[in-house]
Amino acid sequence: MTVLVARNLVKTFGALRACDGVSLDLHRGEIHAVIGPNGAGKSTLIAQLCGSLAPDSGTVSLLGEDVTGLPVAARARRGLARTFQVSALAMEDTVLANAMLGSLGAQGRPWRFFWPVMRDRALREAAEQALERVGLADHAATRTADLSHGQRRQLEVAIALTMAPKAFVMDEPMAGLGAEGSKTLTGFLDTLRAEAPILLVEHDMDAVFALADRISVLVAGKIIATGTTTEIRANAEVRRAYLGEEA
Amino acid sequence: MRGMLVGAMLLAGLVAFPIWAQAADEPFLITLATRAVILALAAVGLNLALGQGGLVSLGHAAFFGIGGYAMGILASHAQSYAPLMEWPFVIEGTRSMPVIWLVAVLASALAALGIGALSLRTTGVYFIMITLAFGQMLYYFAISWTAYGGEDGLSIYVRNGFPGLNTLVPIEFYGLCLVILLVVLAFHAALIRSPFGLALNAARQSPERVRTVGIDTRRLQLAAFVLSGAITGLAGALFADLNRFVSPSMLSWQMSGEIMIFVILGGAGRLFGPVAGAIMFVALEHLLGGVSDYWHVFLGILLLLVVLFVRGGVIGLLAGARR
Repeated sequence: MTVLVARNLVKTFGALRACDGVSLDLHRGEIHAVIGPNGAGKSTLIAQLCGSLAPDSGTVSLLGEDVTGLPVAARARRGLARTFQVSALAMEDTVLANAMLGSLGAQGRPWRFFWPVMRDRALREAAEQALERVGLADHAATRTADLSHGQRRQLEVAIALTMAPKAFVMDEPMAGLGAEGSKTLTGFLDTLRAEAPILLVEHDMDAVFALADRISVLVAGKIIATGTTTEIRANAEVRRAYLGEEA
Repeated sequence: MRGMLVGAMLLAGLVAFPIWAQAADEPFLITLATRAVILALAAVGLNLALGQGGLVSLGHAAFFGIGGYAMGILASHAQSYAPLMEWPFVIEGTRSMPVIWLVAVLASALAALGIGALSLRTTGVYFIMITLAFGQMLYYFAISWTAYGGEDGLSIYVRNGFPGLNTLVPIEFYGLCLVILLVVLAFHAALIRSPFGLALNAARQSPERVRTVGIDTRRLQLAAFVLSGAITGLAGALFADLNRFVSPSMLSWQMSGEIMIFVILGGAGRLFGPVAGAIMFVALEHLLGGVSDYWHVFLGILLLLVVLFVRGGVIGLLAGARR
């Protein structure tokens, strides 16, 4: 069963074809990694999958529904959860408030003006559970701006979890994490694929080869190869273009 | 916690000051305090859009003025016994404050819905400019609307009535305005803690995040803008009733600027910020206005100091940073 499908996505910025006919599937239960050198068009691809950028042509579908014309919020409500490369969080609010935002969105009901949100047990429990799972439970009352870089990455993942999504799109979740943090998060994502498949854009090759069921290699806006980790390691074109000749 | 304490002291002052003025037989000071309370209410309205929603509206005089004209038009028709319209059904003017308030709130909310829906297609400096433009449109419309006084404005001979009160007695009208301010502050406080408030605040800090969890940020901000405009419109109706006069100057961009100054001086986003800001403004106007016609210079210097050195305005200075 395919959860997220991109077909022939094209996006140009002036003369630059940032996305040049990209097709991609995300199957249930898998981690599908997208790797590629800087400027390959990974961010442009994610933006089109999540709805912050409209493709010039091509389609995106989620659970069999064509969502190409839908904005970010509508795709999120249909079960697409995204984490950002550069943390996008409400910095003045507490960690718990940020996590609750996810469950609030998942319920699709921010239209309550009087009842104190912190007394909403369902919202709160979902948020606390997610913080617990990523190891931030002790920091629930901390102001988000006071978190370390690594903890902000964890919170990004926690917010995605509270949405109980059908698919994750993660933009370099390991970026800026130390070796230890990277290892912990890798372990966590490994267990997460059973809940919802993950489209993982990542530079950390150790993490990618440890986690991915399949890897797609994006170079200059085109996917030059898709396959299992062993296939990708053995692919001559990939080695030339990306992994380096000696790899 | 200190924020609540400062707020409680502020409110205690708002209760004690007119009682003292009454005892000292200074009715003018009560009128001055009424002016401060009404301007505070207008600023509480803007604070919802600006402080909570991050929507820098330089057009809130539009709603203030619409509230003012709602009062002026209804009361002038009641005064002349000429109905507002006769076809298809008859609408009479009124001298009843509750009816006037209802009309002021609905009219300014409707205007905010229209202005907000168009303005929120833009962000940043464009949003500031487009709200300013809408405000100016209404300002020039009022100037050219000779049926209701045009440039000269509209005078009302007798202040409108409220059941059970003699609104001509300064302290009774003051009490009425203060109660309205308190009710709106309570509403604002509840809103900040509500799911809507959580999402709105997050949308100000990181709109991309809020969209990514499935919430339409533009609808959130539009709702905040409409509530904000309605509150400022209510303040406009009270302000016109206080002066028994409404003129295009209530719609001017200077008025928008003043309301914004109250919010920023007192502390944007803080519950009691606009109240502190409006009180300071009226006090300075009264104290320094007597000394020099150029008292705005001192206001400017004060505003500069607050913006440069005090994060969170006067309330931030007194109560410390948020949380």
